[in-house]
Amino acid sequence: MTSSRRNAVAFASGLLFAGGLGLSGMTKPAKVQAFLDVTGDWDPSLMLVMVGAIGVYAVAVAVARRRAAPLYATSFAWPTLSVIDARLVVGAALFGVGWGLMGFCPGPAIVSVASLAPVTVVFFFTLAITLLAMRRLLGGRDRESEASVRSAH
Amino acid sequence: MTLTNFTPLASLAGGVMIGLAAAMVLLGCGRIAGISGVFASALTPRKGEDGAWRLLFLGGLVVGGVLLSLFAPGTLGAPVTGSVGRAIAGGLLVGVGVELGAGCTSGHGVCGIGRFSPRSVVATMTFIATGILTVLALHKFGGAS
Repeated sequence: MTSSRRNAVAFASGLLFAGGLGLSGMTKPAKVQAFLDVTGDWDPSLMLVMVGAIGVYAVAVAVARRRAAPLYATSFAWPTLSVIDARLVVGAALFGVGWGLMGFCPGPAIVSVASLAPVTVVFFFTLAITLLAMRRLLGGRDRESEASVRSAH
Repeated sequence: MTLTNFTPLASLAGGVMIGLAAAMVLLGCGRIAGISGVFASALTPRKGEDGAWRLLFLGGLVVGGVLLSLFAPGTLGAPVTGSVGRAIAGGLLVGVGVELGAGCTSGHGVCGIGRFSPRSVVATMTFIATGILTVLALHKFGGAS
């Protein structure tokens, strides 16, 4: 019962997320690149996307911190990594290069697959295969769970 | 510097929707709506773990995209480049980057900054900076498109 409600919330969230990405302009690679084009025809719109999203989410975080548990799960899975290391910075730097190159980050790419634009589909599948390979090689989730075990002691 | 195609209201409203969607995942499911992490975890399911919410969240994104393509096709733009090689390079860079850095625009940029995580602030400043440099380089060395 709880898990079916959790699943319904997740699906509704995905729909709303897609609508937000579409309305905000994040699913237009040219607009994303224009946001990054600060020395040219700069389009600051995406800054307002961040302001709106972070503002609402910060309220949700404050609410969540007062609660012992979420509505339809047993506990909050807060991220446990807090270290700022070379891996974080190098990873974010590489991600930014790919983002600037294509104008797509993962969410908008997943939403935009429906456009069936060939280059978008190629980007999507390359991303999926790369994520799968990276998980197999590095075990991203194991790193998180190790950290949570450490912090639990 | 000139401002073109600035859409403050639509972008702010879209941002609020994104924030609400991420809030639903947090308050309903107790999870972080970091799309790269959800996607990667959904691709590598584990026995004994109820990962159905991930598939449904991703399914919502895909179905949302289909609805946009049907009722607001102008919202889904194709990459400016038509180069398959660049799409593969972009997919590799984004995939390797978000896994090493443990997050993308949603996980670090929205959820991480939204809970004032210094790690996510550093990640977000870094990927915006290298994104800016990349677009600058595209303009400078041709193939701006």
